[in-house]
Amino acid sequence: MKYALLLSALTAAVPLTQPADAHAFLDHAVPAVGSTVAAAPAQIDMFFTQDLEPAFTGASLADANGQPIATGAAAVDPQNKAELVLKVPRLAPGHYKVSWHVVSVDTHRTEGSFGFDIQR
Amino acid sequence: MRFARFAAAAAACAALPLLSSVAAAHGFAGDRFFPATLLTDDPFVADEISLPTITRNPTGPDGSQEFDLDIDLAKRLTPDLGVTISQGWHYLQPKGTGAATGLGGLETGLQYQLFVDPKHETIGLANLSVSWAHTGRVQALGADDFTTISPGFDFGKGFGDLPDSVPWLKPFAITGNLSMDFPTKTESAGNPNPNNFNYGFAFEYSLPYLQQQVKDIGLGEPFNRLIPLVEVAFSTPVNRVSSQTVGTIQPGIIWAGQYMQVGAEAIIPANRQSGHGFGGLLQFHFYLDDIFPNSIGRPLFGN
Repeated sequence: MKYALLLSALTAAVPLTQPADAHAFLDHAVPAVGSTVAAAPAQIDMFFTQDLEPAFTGASLADANGQPIATGAAAVDPQNKAELVLKVPRLAPGHYKVSWHVVSVDTHRTEGSFGFDIQR
Repeated sequence: MRFARFAAAAAACAALPLLSSVAAAHGFAGDRFFPATLLTDDPFVADEISLPTITRNPTGPDGSQEFDLDIDLAKRLTPDLGVTISQGWHYLQPKGTGAATGLGGLETGLQYQLFVDPKHETIGLANLSVSWAHTGRVQALGADDFTTISPGFDFGKGFGDLPDSVPWLKPFAITGNLSMDFPTKTESAGNPNPNNFNYGFAFEYSLPYLQQQVKDIGLGEPFNRLIPLVEVAFSTPVNRVSSQTVGTIQPGIIWAGQYMQVGAEAIIPANRQSGHGFGGLLQFHFYLDDIFPNSIGRPLFGN
């Protein structure tokens, strides 16, 4: 019993000694996931839980009908490698869906999507 | 312009080694992250370890009391092929007699990831589990004196592909197991060993999925990483005995962090043949692919 508890404690300590590399999850975004905003954003900022590998990270935008919208290339912010920025054109009121795929710096891949609305 | 093209080509070439080693693993199907469940088997190959799983079982149907400490290891051989190994230490207090302690039977498994459908958040796995004879205390703890081979199918389905008109249902997911036991001896010490049909399900509501994919409702730590769930598992003999189905119903919650998860569940016997009263379960589960991404957290062969 003592040995089992000791082993558990040692194993539990392992993550604390490792560098911060793991699967990257979306922490939050601007506009926020599922939000309704009054004004069209000039860009979509996505903040992740881990630093990202720019070469294999991207995002796209689609309208309410699923039609892709031409955007600038998504880019990792050089000042904050956990932030992905997608520049968007002037957007009309309506519903939009952002799809992202990222690779964290330790090569783990994750993907996701979320919607937001621009008030009419 | 020509230089820009050359630079882009050079950057792509430089990145190729990374592309070839992008890691998947974990329980992902598209946008969906499936946590490792506590009662039922996971529908994905992985590099993960449960260390330990602490179980206080409900009172047995014969009045016995049992406490278990288990370790489970899952290791990928290739990106789609994995093995598992499980061993447990048990404390058993039969009603009216002295307590016995020791190891339970050793269990191993071979798993193959049949499919992952990102669009529909669906995942499927074939497995072959073996519970080995005479690897635990047979007389004192009831470990098997026969080997049991159990082929099975595990699956997971997230409901993120539901229509946008029902956004609050999208964080739901279900995982399930179906398997059949084939004991290598038809009886032990005069008691028949039946073929059992085993089935279990986990019904999950992922707050991380809600927060990241559906609606940011402002949950902070630790609530934005919680996954409430209810697990059920049953075993029904299909021959040799007239006894009934046994099983448990286990409501609980999982906190899934970057490197590990912690899960706790209550254990409720499904019927009188399954026991009396309540039990509980606590599990510490570590993601080896996140903790050791460049060594033991990778498949042994291939990327």
